[in-house]
Amino acid sequence: MNTWLEILLYIQIALSGLCLFRIIKGPTIPDRMVAIDIFGILVVGICAIISVQTGKTFILDIGIAWIILSFIGTLTLAKYLSGKKLNQ
Amino acid sequence: MAALIVISIGVLFNLFGCIGLLRLPDVYNRLQAATKCVTLGCCSILLGVLIHFGITDAGIKALIAIPLLFFSATVAAHALVRGTYHFGVKMSDKSVKDDYKEAVK
Amino acid sequence: MKYVAFFILGLAFWLLITFRITVPNVIAGSAASLICTLIFARYYFSSVGKLVDPRRWFWFLVYLFVFIWSCIKANFDVAYRVLHPKMPIKPGIVKIKTVLKSEFAKMLLANSITMTPGTLTVDIIGDDLYIHWIYIRSQDPEVYTKMITGAFERYIKKFVE
Repeated sequence: MNTWLEILLYIQIALSGLCLFRIIKGPTIPDRMVAIDIFGILVVGICAIISVQTGKTFILDIGIAWIILSFIGTLTLAKYLSGKKLNQ
Repeated sequence: MAALIVISIGVLFNLFGCIGLLRLPDVYNRLQAATKCVTLGCCSILLGVLIHFGITDAGIKALIAIPLLFFSATVAAHALVRGTYHFGVKMSDKSVKDDYKEAVK
Repeated sequence: MKYVAFFILGLAFWLLITFRITVPNVIAGSAASLICTLIFARYYFSSVGKLVDPRRWFWFLVYLFVFIWSCIKANFDVAYRVLHPKMPIKPGIVKIKTVLKSEFAKMLLANSITMTPGTLTVDIIGDDLYIHWIYIRSQDPEVYTKMITGAFERYIKKFVE
């Protein structure tokens, strides 16, 4: 069971690597921002798999905090894209 | 064992989402495919965590994270696609219809 | 009344996420949810009577079931389009009209549309929703409005309004 979980963890990390490829290559700015958003969601999955593999439950707390922080970051980037101030 | 199967299905969905992120032609389609697949994939992984730990503190945390992830991912997708349109990125050549153009002007 | 409902929900959330019933924990949770209530409660819950109605909870469960089923369908749809060598996509933005009135109902409808097969909400202006559709199946407004909103509008109308 543990080896299979480890393989799944490496696959998930490789998928984040694909997102990094899109962040580096992306022809326009919104491309990179979409990839950053998807990267943030993938990290939550990595946290969940690590918490199952090691049995330490506080990593799930990190995952929940990461969801909220990534959400706020994406909203800020989207506000920047539409060319408005943050309080509009 | 059931937890392992659910987690594997989640990673498989994530794989589809990332392939979509690389293959599709423009930002809107990429955002669409990636948001759907990756959100449901990570929800599936969290469901596997819930099955693995049962109803304990860790399981309840995973259960709370699922609706949180759903709402934050969808709202972030709306904000991003709206910002992208206002930023002025053109849709790909395959597009057949654009009703939003008149509303923005 | 809505302040009390918000306070109880906040305290329940705190107790769920810490998962320990001791006196210091309950006191800390009460303080935190009191602060949240004083700041945010005026924006939520136009009527508390709707919140405790069992029929609305029943329709909410039906809606949840339909929603999860269409989510799973959406994933297989995306997987088919991505893995197909020729990528059968025909994207575009269409405008549909909704009959829902309250802001919360419109938000739920937009979220459901985002998670269903091939559609993504771009913007809401008044009663019109602008939808990015990955494969436009028809050109007739009547037909595609029914195809996109489908069952969701009916159930959301039943349990929100």
